[in-house]
Amino acid sequence: MKEKLRAPKAQQPLIVEKPTLEDGIGSKVTVEINEKKVQVLFGQTILEACKENQIHVPTLCHHPDLCIAGNCRICVVEVEGMRTLQTACSFPITAPIKIKTSSPMVRKARRHIIDLLLSEHYGECYSCVRNNNCELQTLAKEYGVDSYTFGHVQEPVYEVDLSSYSVVRDMNKCVNCRRCVRTCIDLQEVGVLEAIGRGDKTHIGTFLEKPLADVICINCGQCINRCPTGALRANDPSDVIWNAIDDPTKHVVIQTAPSPRAAIGEVFGLEPGKSFTGELNTALRRIGFDVVFDTNFTADLTIIEEGTELILRLYKALVKKEQVALPQFTSCSPGWVKYLEHFYPEYIDNLSSAKSPQQMFGALIKTFYAQKKGIDPKDIVSVALMPCAAKKFECNRPEMVDSGYKDVDFGLTTRELGQMIQEAGIYLPEMPKSNFDDPFGEASGAGLIFGATGGVMEAALRSVIELVTGKKVEDVFANADITPVRGFEGIKYAEIPITEVGPVPKLLQHLVPDWNWLKGATLKIAVAHGTANAKKIMDDIKAGGKFSECHFIEFMACPGGCLGGGGQPIPTDEEIRKMRAKAIYDEDNSLPVRKSHENRHVAEIYDVFLTDGPCGHISHKLLHTHYIKRGKYIA
Amino acid sequence: MKTQLENNIIKTERTGPVLFSPYKRGDAIKKAVKQKREDILFEIKDSGLKGRGGAGFPTSTKWMLTAAAKADKKFIVCNADEGEPGTFKDRVLLMEYPQLVFEGMVVGGYTIGAQTGIVYLRAEYEYMFEQLENYLANMREDNLLGENILGTDFSFDISIRLGSGAYVCGEETALIESLEGHRGEPRNRPPFPVNTGYMGYPTSVNNVETLAAVPHIITKGGSWFKKFGTDKSTGSKLFSVSGDCERPGVYELPWGTSINELLEIVGAKNTKAVQVGGASGICVPRSQFDRKLGYEDIPTGGSVIIFNESRNMLHVLKNFMEFFVEESCGQCTPCRIGNIKLLEGVEMIERGEFTFKYINTLKELGRTMQVASKCGLGQSSPNSFISILENFKDEIFHTTGTNGFNGKAGK
Repeated sequence: MKEKLRAPKAQQPLIVEKPTLEDGIGSKVTVEINEKKVQVLFGQTILEACKENQIHVPTLCHHPDLCIAGNCRICVVEVEGMRTLQTACSFPITAPIKIKTSSPMVRKARRHIIDLLLSEHYGECYSCVRNNNCELQTLAKEYGVDSYTFGHVQEPVYEVDLSSYSVVRDMNKCVNCRRCVRTCIDLQEVGVLEAIGRGDKTHIGTFLEKPLADVICINCGQCINRCPTGALRANDPSDVIWNAIDDPTKHVVIQTAPSPRAAIGEVFGLEPGKSFTGELNTALRRIGFDVVFDTNFTADLTIIEEGTELILRLYKALVKKEQVALPQFTSCSPGWVKYLEHFYPEYIDNLSSAKSPQQMFGALIKTFYAQKKGIDPKDIVSVALMPCAAKKFECNRPEMVDSGYKDVDFGLTTRELGQMIQEAGIYLPEMPKSNFDDPFGEASGAGLIFGATGGVMEAALRSVIELVTGKKVEDVFANADITPVRGFEGIKYAEIPITEVGPVPKLLQHLVPDWNWLKGATLKIAVAHGTANAKKIMDDIKAGGKFSECHFIEFMACPGGCLGGGGQPIPTDEEIRKMRAKAIYDEDNSLPVRKSHENRHVAEIYDVFLTDGPCGHISHKLLHTHYIKRGKYIA
Repeated sequence: MKTQLENNIIKTERTGPVLFSPYKRGDAIKKAVKQKREDILFEIKDSGLKGRGGAGFPTSTKWMLTAAAKADKKFIVCNADEGEPGTFKDRVLLMEYPQLVFEGMVVGGYTIGAQTGIVYLRAEYEYMFEQLENYLANMREDNLLGENILGTDFSFDISIRLGSGAYVCGEETALIESLEGHRGEPRNRPPFPVNTGYMGYPTSVNNVETLAAVPHIITKGGSWFKKFGTDKSTGSKLFSVSGDCERPGVYELPWGTSINELLEIVGAKNTKAVQVGGASGICVPRSQFDRKLGYEDIPTGGSVIIFNESRNMLHVLKNFMEFFVEESCGQCTPCRIGNIKLLEGVEMIERGEFTFKYINTLKELGRTMQVASKCGLGQSSPNSFISILENFKDEIFHTTGTNGFNGKAGK
C-alpha cells in the first residue's frame, strides 16, 4: 500500500496490489492495444502500458508528479466490452482486455472535449505567456482544431489576481484540470487552492475567494510549473528591469543562482542536463546588465554564517547548558520559511537567522560593493535571477532593507530571463563563455550544489567536517561527495560521528576555545524537499520522534530543491529534475574550489568588511534577519 | 405540488404485491442469522433482485463481490440521497417501513461480513432523522442490532449520516467521498466500491428500495419474489408519480406494467408525454405508451412525471438542462461544459436562432457525453436532450406561434 495521501480519494492513485515477483506467474497480463498483443505488468494503467509500447495517448489533467484525477477525459480509450469509454490514465489493467486508442468514437470524443475546453478558455495564444509551451494549444494542434465549434469566450469573467508578489492567477484561462489543486494539497500539503462551486460555477479558488496575498500561500510556485495553460504565471518584473537597463543613470546588477543555469537551456528547446554558466554571463552582459555576480558566493557566505550559528547553538546547548532551539533549520528557501511561519509558527526560533544567499547578496551589493565602487546605492538596481517564485516575495519582505535601501529590487525567474534573452535576439547556447565579475568573482562548488536537495547540507558538512576535525573531507567521503544527503528520496537522514577534533580555525577562535566538547558526539542531520515531506518531519519533531534529536535539518519548499523551483522552465517531472541535478553535480565536480571556507573572496570579506567575523555585529545587521509568526488565520 | 405532498403525507392504507405486503418486524433477521451466508446469497440470486436506484446492477453480484473482497472491515451503505427529480418513494419507505430498510441492511451486513451500516440520508430529509434514530434504538433494545444479534456472534450497527445537498452525492462513489468528508465528487472506477469503498474498505452501496425488498425475499423466498414482474425484471417497483394526473403518489406495481396501464391507474388524461426516470431518464411520447417499465425496455429508478397536452416540451427540456448545468459536480469536462452547451442549444431553439446543423452537432456532443463522462450523471444527462428533441421534433421545430416559440427557425 502506498502511504496515505491527503487528497480526496476521487483524486488519488489507484491502489492495486501488484504481485511481488515481477516475473512470477500471473504478474504479467497480455492485452491487445490497437489489435497488437503486448505483455504488460499487472496493475499498470492503460496509459503506462501505451507509453511503454510507443503509443501516444493525449493527456491534460494527468501529471507524473501528481496523483491521478481522470477528470479532463481527454485520454479516453475504448475497452472492448465496456459500455462507456475509459480514461487511460486511471484504468488499471488487471485482465486481458482489448484496447483501442484511436477509434472513431475515441477521436470524436477527444475532439469534443477539446472544443468544450476551448469554449471556456479566454484569450488568444499570441497574447499568452505560455504561447508555444501550452498543453491545451498542443492538443488543439494535435487534433486539428481550426474553429471554435462550441464558441469562444469573448469577455473575461474573472478578475486577474495580481495581489501576490509571486503568483498571478488568471482564471479566465483555467481549464479546471485541477493540477494546481493537487499540487497544492497533495504534493505540497499547503492547501490554498481548491475547487469551489459546482456545475457551471465550478472554479478553482482560495479560502473565501480571497486574493492570493491574503491566504496562506507560501509562494512556492509549484502550481505554475504544473499548470497546463497560462492560468497561473509568475509575477513578471521584466518590463521594469528593461527600463532600468535602458536608463543610463542606473547601475543594474544581476546575481544568478545555481539552478537557473542548469535549466535555462530548456527554454531554448534543449534537453535538460547541461549547464550554461559561462554562456549565461555573456548573454546577461549583452542584454545590458552592468555586472554579473554569482549567488554561489553568498551561498558560501551562508555556509559560514549558518554553520557558525549552528556551532554557537550547539556550544550553548552542550557546554553552557543553555536553552536553545534545536534542531536548527535552514532558511535559504523562502517558500519553506513562509510555510513554517504559517504552519509551525511555534518553531520559528529553530530557523537559522542567516538570510538566504539572495538577500545576503542584496545587502552586500548596496553596501560593500557600492562603497568599493563609489556608486550611490540609490542608483543601483539589484536583480536576482532565481529558479524561484517565492524569491519575488522574499525580496519584498518589509524587513529586507538592511542596506538602507531595498536590498534586492527584483526577483527574476529562469523563464522570464529566457524570454528577455530571446527578446534581445540572443541564442544562448551559442554564446561565448565569460566569468563572473569581481569582487565576488570566485565561488565554490559548495555554493553551487545549493541548487539540489541536500546541497546545503552537503556544503555545510564539507566545511564543518574540515573545520572541526582538521581532516580533509575527501578522507571521509570519496571525492568530497557526501552521498548520504544526495538523491531525490523525500526525506534523508544521516549520522556523522565526530571521532577526533582538530584546532579551532582563526575565523572562529573568538567564539569557541576548542572543539573538545564535540569529540565523541554524533552529528544528526536530515534533509527534506517539498513541503509535504517537511510536514512529515515537523510532525515527527512535534511528537518528539527521531527528527527532534537532529541537530541540523535542511528544508527546501520545492520537490528536488531549487532546481525544481517554481520559476524553472516548464514542464517538470522527476526525470527532468534528475538531469538538472546531474548538471549541477557535474559542474561542482569540475570546479577547483569545492568548499565554502576555502573561497578566498569569502575570507577577504571577513578581513575587510565584516570585520568582527561570522555572526558578529556587522554580519548580524546585514546578513541576518528575523521571522514572523504568521499562523494560519490571517485577518 | 400541493396534491403531491398531500398524497404522500396522508397515510392511507398502502397495498402492493411485495414491499407493501404484510411483514412481521424482525422475522428476516431471525431467519437470516441462522442461515449460512452462501444460502442468503443464493436466495437473493434466485430472486433476481436488481438495484432499484436505476442502474439495475444485480444485488447478489454486488454482495458477492463485497463478500469475496479480503479486508478486516466492510461496510454496507444505504443510499437514501433520494434526489432524482420526481422521486419520493424512499421517503415513504423510510417513514412508514423503516423495519424493511434497516433489516435489509442487517441481512446485507451479515451476508457480506460488514460490521457497520451507514444510512446516507439526504439533507432535505433531516426531519426524519430523529424518528429513524428512535427506530434504531428500539432495534438495539430488541437485540436486532448491536452486539451479538439475537445471541449469535454477529455484531452489527447502523448509523445515520446527513448528506449535504448535492444531487451528485446519489452517485455511489460521490456518496462515499461525501461520507468521508470530502467534496462530493465521483471517483474513478475501477476500482469499484466493492473493493475500495468507504475509507478504502469494501463497501456495498444499496438503494433504500433494494434493501427494503430483502426482508421479503428472506422470509418468503426468492421464488415467491420471482412470481412478480417479468423474466429479467423480477419483483415489483415503487413508482413516484407526479405531474398531470388525478392521483399522484407512490405506487407499487409489478415490473412489466405498461405506461398506458400506469396512466390508467393514476388517472391521467390527455397525456402527451411521460418522463420516466427523472431528469436523467427518457421522455416517452404517446406513440410509445405501450412500452413496458422494466430493465428490458424502460429501466427506471421510479420517477414518473406526466405531461398533458398543455405542456411545452421545450420548456420541459430547458428545465431539465438547467438542472444538470447546476448539478454537475464540475469535475469532468464533458459534463461540466457539455451540459452548458446543451442548455444554450435549447435556448437557441427557444429564440428561433439556430441551425439544424448545430443542433445535430449538439446531439453528437450528447452522445460523447454519454460515453465519456466520468459518472452516471454526465452519462445520462443528455438523455432527455436527445429523446425530447427526437420524439417531439414536430412540436418543437414545426409549430408556430404557441409555446413561446416564434417559428422563425433557421432551416
